Parts: sequence; structure tokens; C-alpha cells
Amino acid sequence: MDLVSLAVKAIFIENLALSFFLGMCTFLAVSKKIETAFGLGCAVFVVLAITVPINNLIYQNFLQEGALAWAGLPNVDLSFLGLISYIGVIAALVQILEMVLDRFMPALYNALGIFLPLITVNCAILGASLLMVERDYTFSESVVYGAGAGIGWAMAIVALAGIREKLKYSDVPDGLEGLGITFITVGLMALGFLAFSGIQL
Amino acid sequence: MASEAKKALFEPLVSNNPIALQILGICSALAVTSQLSTSLIMCLALTSVTAFSNLSISLIRNHVPSSIRIIVQMTIIASLVIVVDQILKAYAYEVSKTLAVFVGLIITNCIVMGRAEAYAMKNGPWNSFLDGIGNGLGYSLILIIVGTVRELFGSGSLLGYQILPHVADGGWYVPNGLMLMSPSAFIIIGLTIWAIRSYKPEQVEKPDFEMQNAHNAPAHGTGGSH
Repeated sequence: MDLVSLAVKAIFIENLALSFFLGMCTFLAVSKKIETAFGLGCAVFVVLAITVPINNLIYQNFLQEGALAWAGLPNVDLSFLGLISYIGVIAALVQILEMVLDRFMPALYNALGIFLPLITVNCAILGASLLMVERDYTFSESVVYGAGAGIGWAMAIVALAGIREKLKYSDVPDGLEGLGITFITVGLMALGFLAFSGIQL
Repeated sequence: MASEAKKALFEPLVSNNPIALQILGICSALAVTSQLSTSLIMCLALTSVTAFSNLSISLIRNHVPSSIRIIVQMTIIASLVIVVDQILKAYAYEVSKTLAVFVGLIITNCIVMGRAEAYAMKNGPWNSFLDGIGNGLGYSLILIIVGTVRELFGSGSLLGYQILPHVADGGWYVPNGLMLMSPSAFIIIGLTIWAIRSYKPEQVEKPDFEMQNAHNAPAHGTGGSH
């Protein structure tokens, strides 16, 4: 039950894009068309669902204070190396994922294409790992959190792309077209998502 | 040469602002601005990381094979961020608690990577350093605007000093709770962009579709673009 509650929290209440503002750069840049937004959303989901649990294992077995006790070094605290290890894992994983997809699933690889390398510098991925560490999730919690956060982000970008496709045909005041009105739209979406706060399963 | 340096330093402030025009580094701009003091610390952290990463990447730009440059840049940036993070933890523990994950997220802040890739790989160390400072200042400008508006109207204070007296303490100001919540940041940035673009109309993106006036458009369809 805890895990279901955590999943709902990760998808709706603490939506990475709309309440933590992570991955905003790609969120705003790649949300002009629903299809591309959906492709990027899927890629983010896959990478999040894999990297968060892996970073969780790394944190618990190597970096946490006292985690190196199995190697006979109970007093070592390597948590300051966290940032560089997480980003290393993410960069390496995205690279591996790209090669695996290219070899075994060329259709999906072509669909995701340019978005895969972009994901390395998407703050949503690193942000989810850092939040996972800050909240001390266990391994199973981190699996659920990673997948839930990915679904939430994908949902938000597809929703924004839908709105922007409609927005193209509307008469926006001079100077507000493009980026300005997109910001305000996202602000209103975030207001909508505030309605989820406080829901507990 | 001097004009090149001046351009690197001042152009990113308004005419090539990283947030308002280049769409870089938006994530942290939104999340840390509910108080002016956290925004200022964040600006300082980001400006120093951008400046020093630009400097070091520019110094080694001729020795790095282009196939592995991204990972080299990433490592340099991550190391600099770790230094900043540790300094904050040591000297400003309270602030580093409020900033939480957002200091770490400077690594993936597109301003740092974007400037390293677009400017530092092609220019000398001194200009790159200035370009880093300039872009950090452009980012700071937006952050300070948003942080001021949010703290002033959200809690009636600036940097923790009460400016507008609250109704609850016998004053006249009713705090606007919405300003402290995240969505307001988007709307303030949206309006700031609107202001910048009204001042500099050449920044407006080309619309995908031209508005046509359906009723009195000329027959050959070049209609008024009102």
C-alpha cells in the first residue's frame, strides 16, 4: 500500500515537471508537437526507471556513510562524491541504452533518435536521483519512484504539447507569442496540479 | 579586443539573456525564487560555476578530442559543483538546506553546458571567463526580479526584513499566498519575457501561422495580419 501511495505521489502530487520544475528546458523546447513530445516522454520514462534504482544501489553500497563496511572501511563517508557518480551513471546508461536500442530495436531507436543523448542533461533525471537520496528511499521504493516520476513527466509534456498545438491558432498579444505565453500556460497547468496536493491513499 | 570582452560580458544581460531568449537554465530559476536570499546565493553559485567552467574548458579546448568533449566538460562541471556544494555546506548550512537538490542540479543546468559548448570551445580563456560571468549575471537578473516580486508580495518582506506590514500584526498588507507557490514563478517569468520583447521586438519568434482576418481579407489571401 505504501508503494501505491508513493506512485501516486510521484506521478501527480509531486510531478517532476509541474511542481518541482525539473527538466524545464527540454519541457519547453520539445513540446511543440504531440508525437515528438510522446517520444521524449517515453525516453525519459525508460531512463528514469533504470537510473534511479541503479543510483540507489550505488548510494547504499558505496557512498553512504558506513556503506563501505563490507570492504572493511566502516568509517569512510564518500557521499560528497555523489554528484559526480550519479551523473556518470546517467551518462553511461544513456550511451548504453542508445547502443542497445540501435542494435535490437531500430524502430524505437529511430523514433527516439535525437532525444536520447539530450536526456543526459535533462535535470529531471539527475533531480529524481538526488531526491531519492535525500529522502532515503529503499531499493523497492526507488524502483516505484523512478517509474512514477517518469510517467508523471511524460504525461505533463504530452499535455503541454496538446495545449500548444491548439495555441498555435490563437491570437496572442504582440510580444507575448511563443515563449512568453508558453510560460504562462505552464504556470496555469501547475496551478491545476496543485489541486492534487494533500491526496493520500 | 576590448570591445570583444565587453560584448562577452554585457550582451547576455538583456539582448541575449540566457533565460528569456536562449531558453537555458529555467528549472532552477523557478524553484529557488520564493525568497530573495536563496535566489542571491543561487545566482552567486551559478555565476562562479559558469565562469570557472568556461575558463578551464577554454584552457584545455585544444587538447580535447571532440568525440569525448561532452564527458570532459561534464566532469569539469561536476567537480566545480561539488566544490560549491561543499563550500555552501560548510559556511551557509541553513541556505544549503533550503536549496537542497538545486545546487547539485547546476550540473545539468543548460547554461553551464550551453556556454561551454557554444563559447568556451571556440574562444580564449579570458573572454570565456567574461562570457561565463556575463551569462551568470543575465541569469541572476531574471532570478532577482522574480525573487523580489515573489518575496515582496508573497510575504511582504525583502531579504527577511518586513517592508509591507501584515494585517495580522496590525498593518494593512494581506500576504498573497499564491506568490509563494510554484506556479507564480512561471507567470512572472512569462510577463518578464513579455516586457523584454516589447522593449526589443526583434526577439519575438516567428509565428507558425499568420492570423488571417476572415471577414475583410483581400481575395488573393494576403490578409491583414492583425
